[in-house]
Amino acid sequence: MKHPGFINSIKDNEKDMFEWSETNFLKVKKIIEKYPSGRKQSAVIPLLDLAQRQNKGWLNKKALEKVAETLSMSFIRVLEVATFYSMFNLKPIGKNYIQICRTTPCWLRGSDKLLNIAKEVTGCSLGETSKDKKFTVVEVECLGACCNAPMVQINDDYFEDLNEDNFKKLLINLKNEKEITKGSQIGRLSSNPERKN
Amino acid sequence: MPKITINNKVIDFQDGMTVMQACELADVEIPRFCYHDKLSIAGNCRMCLVEMEKSPKPIASCAMPAADGMNIKTNTELVKKARQGVMEFLLINHPLDCPICDQGGECDLQDQALHYGFDKSRYEENKRAVKNKYMGPLVSTIMTRCIHCTRCVRFSTEIAGVDDIGLLGRGENAEITTYLEKTIESELSGNVIDLCPVGALTNKPYAFQSRPWELKKTESVDVFDGMGASIRIDSKGKNVLRVLPRLNEEINEEWINDKTRFAIDGLSRQRLDKPYIKINNKLEATSWDSALKLVASEIKKRGAENTSAFSGKFSDIESLYSAKNFLNLLNSEFYDCRFDNTQFVAGHRSSYLFNSSIQKIDEADAILIIGSNPKWEAAVLNSRIRKAYLNNNCEIALIGPKINLTYKYTHLSNDISYLNNILNEKSDFLEHLKNAKNPLMLIGSSAINYNDGIEILKICAEICNKFNIVNESENGFNILNQNISRVGALDIGFYSKNFDRDFNGSLTQHIKNTNPVVFLLGLDEINLSSLKDSFIIYIGHHGDEGANVADIILPSPAFPEKTSTFVNIEGRVLQTTKCFNPIGESKEEWKIFRALSQEFSEQLKFNNLKELRQEIVKKFPHLNQLNTLPDKSEVNFAKSHIIDNNEIEYNIKNFYMTDSISRASVNMANCTKEILNRVA
Ligand code: SF4
Ligand code: FES
Ligand code: FES
Repeated sequence: MKHPGFINSIKDNEKDMFEWSETNFLKVKKIIEKYPSGRKQSAVIPLLDLAQRQNKGWLNKKALEKVAETLSMSFIRVLEVATFYSMFNLKPIGKNYIQICRTTPCWLRGSDKLLNIAKEVTGCSLGETSKDKKFTVVEVECLGACCNAPMVQINDDYFEDLNEDNFKKLLINLKNEKEITKGSQIGRLSSNPERKN
Repeated sequence: MPKITINNKVIDFQDGMTVMQACELADVEIPRFCYHDKLSIAGNCRMCLVEMEKSPKPIASCAMPAADGMNIKTNTELVKKARQGVMEFLLINHPLDCPICDQGGECDLQDQALHYGFDKSRYEENKRAVKNKYMGPLVSTIMTRCIHCTRCVRFSTEIAGVDDIGLLGRGENAEITTYLEKTIESELSGNVIDLCPVGALTNKPYAFQSRPWELKKTESVDVFDGMGASIRIDSKGKNVLRVLPRLNEEINEEWINDKTRFAIDGLSRQRLDKPYIKINNKLEATSWDSALKLVASEIKKRGAENTSAFSGKFSDIESLYSAKNFLNLLNSEFYDCRFDNTQFVAGHRSSYLFNSSIQKIDEADAILIIGSNPKWEAAVLNSRIRKAYLNNNCEIALIGPKINLTYKYTHLSNDISYLNNILNEKSDFLEHLKNAKNPLMLIGSSAINYNDGIEILKICAEICNKFNIVNESENGFNILNQNISRVGALDIGFYSKNFDRDFNGSLTQHIKNTNPVVFLLGLDEINLSSLKDSFIIYIGHHGDEGANVADIILPSPAFPEKTSTFVNIEGRVLQTTKCFNPIGESKEEWKIFRALSQEFSEQLKFNNLKELRQEIVKKFPHLNQLNTLPDKSEVNFAKSHIIDNNEIEYNIKNFYMTDSISRASVNMANCTKEILNRVA
């Protein structure tokens, strides 16, 4: 009898396809060139990242196998890397990938509350994707911006100095596809002391 | 030599050793899970922690290179506490289901928990559970027990050469699995069962059969391929329950192939346990007495001097010798062991031996494979080639159809006539052969199993002499025989000129001309239709094709039921050990021939196994030297001709079913279905 393991449940959908796009194929070549010849497996992480970006933020079976083929690696070796790093998604995600930092500094400054806001606005709980496919909410460990805690990463950008109000506004703007400001939400410059106006 | 202090004892060690190896030299035992002699070092279980002077923390001895002047302590309070701590962590997520675990009684975790662990658990939270993974018909998994030592991962990548097993996820979520739970596609997959220090990977066919302490353990020799791997047979009553490898650095290291390990269920199926006579086209059970009487009268009727005997894959020296001598008493020389028509050069023992020795493969830096699929003909030997490939950058080339091997190779040609190019220096691969320090040539029987086989051997020998594959000190001319019986049979002269060059042709001719009595010594792999006009006596243990066409069946014991002498591919004399008495009424072959000879004017002289063996070693003194390699010999055969075109075709079509035992095995049938015939 076959037991479908938890971790082996990578999505294999007949419809999923993956081929390097033309521009990405050139990038692949460039990336591989950075590593000594005969050591091209070293490029597995950048390539997985590239594939993930090309494929709407997640890696399907075909994409994993494409990366393996490109680097002459076995499938399992690529899957090992892809499952090791939390930055690789093996399931489809929403347009905005909300990663709420929950490590101590952010937590002390109220990351719990941010989570509640996120749940409220997006309608999805941890690890879920909203019905309109606009949001996926996950928790992550320290992202290295503790000085401006609490913070959240959405796709590639950091949003710092959050509180319930500005985070809610931010999410609503995202939902309505309005302009948003990246970085500190209270106008702080890098990690300078907070200015009292 | 550098010195290291271990528990206040100063010892010498060799450069490049790890602290753990140095401790072993000092006879200090270090507990371990992830470290294994034959695998790369992972250093992830931390069970091997020891105290090192000037280091604030204990160190992992398996991964720490030993250095001159180090001071190591393994018996301090710190080490004890470290081990207890590691053990406690390992047991946090371990289910402790020893009572229902097949590993119980031979489990590293169990033993080490007893010796180094703590007697109670402080863990009150929920344990994690992991779904079991499917890994094929041979290996069953209970993944919750896994302690993530990654031995199985390293084995499959490094030794078996299949990147099939991996560790997915990390930390708490780490799980061992094959990619999408596909079957492990390796002939060596069973070895992960032995490697797994806990009961996560266990023997599927053996599941819940027995406890290790209930088994009778017999040290013996594998008979399923020509290597003669060292094995341990575990039996209960008259059942072989499992086969395990024994450490033998010279032959099989610590591995055995899946056929050796799992085909044993064939031993209890389709067995011949009584003599049978064919009456009106139906086989009917009879007594030994009447069967032997009938054989004798049939021999007399059909002409004793034409009586023939052909040996099979499991024929031991004792059977061959007694058969041969029996036929000689009848004035017949129609016996042969070359049922697959593999040729050799008469008078040259080196023309059918693996001359370099198996161990020498480790040092090879160029290997030319001719007409052989080593992965199927000797899977464990193949892992040595892989080792050479990984460690020495060994260049490998193949003449013969392309196959999936566990290393990269250059495909030279499908046609044997490519050898002409090599001899005449018209091949790119020559560069590698010439530059190599330890070049080897490996000739499979698929290259030499036709009329011109001898010419192939000659040209190969010439190539070897020309390009330094054979010289005063080394002999890299290697024949890879596929069965354990062959070398011994040739050694004692169980062949006849009558069947040279074209076995099938001359056999058909001989049968047609003389309608003789034919003894098949467990031989099924022969063109049975050419035996049509003869009187067939099948002496063997399985009701396979040979028994189907036999006129008389005389049952003989299978390999665990007798002690036999074999000569392996290297020319090493090996002896198997009897685990239990023969099944049913079966009798050893030599007893049968001894009894038969009673019906004739002259009798065989020996009365028991001891006398038989004494007679054998008197005639063939080299058979007295157990477990030793033969002396180096030359390979100077006569000058060769130009080789004609001939496409090589490998003679093994299914690794899992090559002989009467494995054909009767359900495990092997499952493997065939799931691994070989899988619809891709
Ligand atoms: S399955 Fe066994 S050998 Fe493999 S990692 Fe787990 S404990 Fe180690
Ligand atoms: S704790 Fe949130 S960024 Fe460091
Ligand atoms: S044996 Fe040293 S860390 Fe596992």
